[in-house]
Amino acid sequence: MILFWIIIGLTAGGLLAWLAGRWSKMWPRWISLGTLALHLLVLLWLWASTKPNLQTPIATASGNPWLLEISIPWIPQLGIQFHLALDGLSLILLLLINILGIMAVAASWRSIQARVGFFHFNLLWILAALTGVFLAVDLFLFYFFWEMMLVPLYFLIGIWGHENRIYATLKFFLFTQAGGLLMLLAILGLYVIHGQTTGVYTFDYQALLHTALSPGTAVLLMLGFFAAFAVKLPVVPVHTWLPDAHTEAPTAGSVDLAGLVLKVGAYGMMRFLIPLFPTASLNFAPIAMVLAVIGILYGALLAFAQTDLKRLVAYTSISHMGFVMLGIFAWNSLALQGAIMVMVAHGLSTGALFILVGDLYDRLGTRDLNQMGGLWETAPRMGRIGLILALASLGLPGLANFVGEFLVLLGSYQVNRPLTVLATLGFILASLYSLWMLQRIFTGPNKQERQMADTTPRELAIFTALIALLLLLGLYPRPVLDTTQTAVQNLQQFTTVTTTTTSASVSEVETRDWRLGIGDWRPETGERTTPAYPITPSLAHPITPSAQGGKPDDF
Amino acid sequence: MTFNELTVLLPFLILAITAVLTLLSIAFNRQHILAAGLTWIGLVFAGLTLLVETAVLPQQVTPLLIVDGLARFYLGLILAAALAVAVLAFNYLSKQAEQREEFYVLLLLATLGAMILVASSHFAAFFLGLELLSVSLVGLIAYLRARPFTLAAGFKYLVLAAVSVSFTLFGIALIYASQGTLAFAELDYAQLGADALSLTGLAFLIIGVGFKLALVPFHMWVPDVYDGAPAPVTAFVATVSKTAVFAFLLRFFNPISLQESPALLWAFALIAIASMFGGNWLALRERNVKRILAYSSIAHLGYLLVAFLASGAAAVAAATFYLTAYVITTLGAFGVVGLLSGPESDANGQADFHGLFWRRPWLAAVMTTALFSLAGIPLTAGFVGKFFVLAASVGALSWLLPLALVVSSAIGLYYYLNLIVTMFREPQTDQLAAAPAPTLSVTGSLVLAALLLLVVWFGVYPAPLLRMIQTAVAGLS
Repeated sequence: MILFWIIIGLTAGGLLAWLAGRWSKMWPRWISLGTLALHLLVLLWLWASTKPNLQTPIATASGNPWLLEISIPWIPQLGIQFHLALDGLSLILLLLINILGIMAVAASWRSIQARVGFFHFNLLWILAALTGVFLAVDLFLFYFFWEMMLVPLYFLIGIWGHENRIYATLKFFLFTQAGGLLMLLAILGLYVIHGQTTGVYTFDYQALLHTALSPGTAVLLMLGFFAAFAVKLPVVPVHTWLPDAHTEAPTAGSVDLAGLVLKVGAYGMMRFLIPLFPTASLNFAPIAMVLAVIGILYGALLAFAQTDLKRLVAYTSISHMGFVMLGIFAWNSLALQGAIMVMVAHGLSTGALFILVGDLYDRLGTRDLNQMGGLWETAPRMGRIGLILALASLGLPGLANFVGEFLVLLGSYQVNRPLTVLATLGFILASLYSLWMLQRIFTGPNKQERQMADTTPRELAIFTALIALLLLLGLYPRPVLDTTQTAVQNLQQFTTVTTTTTSASVSEVETRDWRLGIGDWRPETGERTTPAYPITPSLAHPITPSAQGGKPDDF
Repeated sequence: MTFNELTVLLPFLILAITAVLTLLSIAFNRQHILAAGLTWIGLVFAGLTLLVETAVLPQQVTPLLIVDGLARFYLGLILAAALAVAVLAFNYLSKQAEQREEFYVLLLLATLGAMILVASSHFAAFFLGLELLSVSLVGLIAYLRARPFTLAAGFKYLVLAAVSVSFTLFGIALIYASQGTLAFAELDYAQLGADALSLTGLAFLIIGVGFKLALVPFHMWVPDVYDGAPAPVTAFVATVSKTAVFAFLLRFFNPISLQESPALLWAFALIAIASMFGGNWLALRERNVKRILAYSSIAHLGYLLVAFLASGAAAVAAATFYLTAYVITTLGAFGVVGLLSGPESDANGQADFHGLFWRRPWLAAVMTTALFSLAGIPLTAGFVGKFFVLAASVGALSWLLPLALVVSSAIGLYYYLNLIVTMFREPQTDQLAAAPAPTLSVTGSLVLAALLLLVVWFGVYPAPLLRMIQTAVAGLS
């Protein structure tokens, strides 16, 4: 039940904030902060009480994929349930939602002065919908929250954004909705095929996991899901909504967008896309990884070329999320944990960067890099913060981003060497744009002789918290890695292919882990496992279907 | 006439008596509130008698009418929609100086025609209902005859309705020529879908039905009539008349398995795709709010046809749910337009909606919810309806139709979002300085509040309504 109350708590807080906005501008802010603080306490209590690092993986007999679960019948005629479930992955992402939510509220404390109640209502409802997305394990419910996420964000950008906000928010909504509708078709296709083959019509995630699909249908359905997640992630051809949306959004909107909404695409790929269609995703993985590397390099190059500071940071998001997708489609435990780590680190660091950009905009009135320069002397604290954030963004060891990106590269190296080498170039390009950005803002001559107020205590508190988290996770990532380890193992288990080979007299059941990789290294035992099939570091299809007769390898 | 038959006929009788009573009240004591009040009471009573009938269904009353579960649900929907229109019309007409009371008589007669259509089991009843509905609507559309555009709209509807009805009549005649009977129960449905004479008759019948439902090649009257008619009448045309004709469609085509008659399947599929794309495409260039809503209603009937094509009990339930959601939403949208309207002209321009959220937040909230429901955004009944329609059609039909539905929905989003954005823009200073808006009437606000609540309620918890619909349509096949 607690899962249900988490979502309801956020929505109720939003409504309360909206009502309070009629009387005062301060009340909505305090109500939002209070709601999120309470939410944080609940999440921390959940973390402590469910002990995700001690969760038994489902490969063993007593394993349950979920730490907590709740299922209420909703539309039984169609097999739809209000089914929420928590595992380590969701928990980490929920914590990220909460932290970035608090930072967003704090960052807009002074800058949002118009319709404050409605602003905080939208903010909290975005967080509520995101919580729903990360907890839903019924496909209809997932789609429901996915769509619900769009509307408050649409209002947030459209009402409190900058000059070109109407165009940006419309583009954002149309892109996301188009992808979402294709995903809806894929969900319905899966639902109908499952119902026709097994006689049970349901939208439940675990029930739909092993639907028997013909290869062609599996590819089409997988592409439907991929369309939606690719728009959100964003993957390079369909990324064009992101720079506009990030640039025109108010600071809190950008923090939410970059920090949280992009993660929804990655989470969807991990939770739904690959487990539901393992073979089709395996075949598609080389293409997806190529797209990811293109995203890394293209995003970085374009970031380097920007003169609008917010647009620059937006393009760095595309670059970082490329690492996430690379890790996801490599699909071994190193890469997956690395991807999760990148998600968390990127959320924290890019969120902080957007807040910094917002603070600069509030003081200078411009986001144009040509107008800035030499601001370190007038605002040294801000300069120091900018330096640390730039170093985080470029992946300096010691900060969380490095841990994530390194794990991703380590994991994907086992699967595809050329692409990994290209992706590593991303580090160099990241250094290029991060230091260039830092240089343009803070160092060099102060041409316009600007005097700028340094960070206020509130802003300093925000940045201290975020940088502290980045440092902590960069030096000691075990909390995150331990929490998500079993969840990642379970996800890999969901894609296990079971085949039966019959020889003359003996029949044996051989279980292969999809994409275990060359020598998947288990750090606890130090042992290496050899895969049941050879992995060639090429784009060729590595799995050969086993033998004669028996159950079909493919679904 | 047995007691059961009389019980089942009560809604019709009550409505007819109310019409006569209202006419008499105009003759003796012409008062707006009296005529409106009688209408409301009559509609409520007719609706209440529907609740009494459970045990005797299905009941054939003369060869002309049949009242079964499906008819009962649609009768309830029509009466509820007519009540909402009557209340909104009271508020709208209060601002007019014209003779206002005859409106209610025409409204009651049109509702009666719609009800006969829903319960018809014989072509004579079908035609009676259709004509009663059409002729009353002509009077309603052209009611504010001082406005030239309204008068033109009324004439347009008269001419085009007459043309389409003559096609319908010819179609009925051809079917009679090939089948020898006018009662639905006695038709040989296997032959109906195969024989050349019957197919031609069906084609003409579909022309008439397509006109009333505002489907694409027969949609040319829609923008002008919806724009010219007074807002409550537009609401009535967009909801009640379409509901009635669609109920007839469900009942008449139910025994024909559309999958086995490729000619019919193709005809309806092409009309559906053309309506979905045509309606959304034409709305993209529009600035007039009533015309945008008119074109979007064409698209929605296209979506509804996709569900109708899927056939089977699940699809009929999905189509009925979608229609219910559509009716509630459209009433809300046109209700807002009506409440915003002034005495000279309706509030159909962008200027009327600019910054509405900051000037009249309540009306803007209802309009926004209605537009989200039409667009198919979750938390609204429209989303659930669209989902049900897709779920019913994905398994049963080729991929083309659901894909077309999805693509045209995405196109349709654009103009809905534009309208919402207009409502949320900062109001221009001259609007704020203008005379403050008159306070909303209590009755109008109540109706809009009820509609808003229903849209959100059915979007979040649709199971009870779905159950009710499923029991209602269970007797159909």
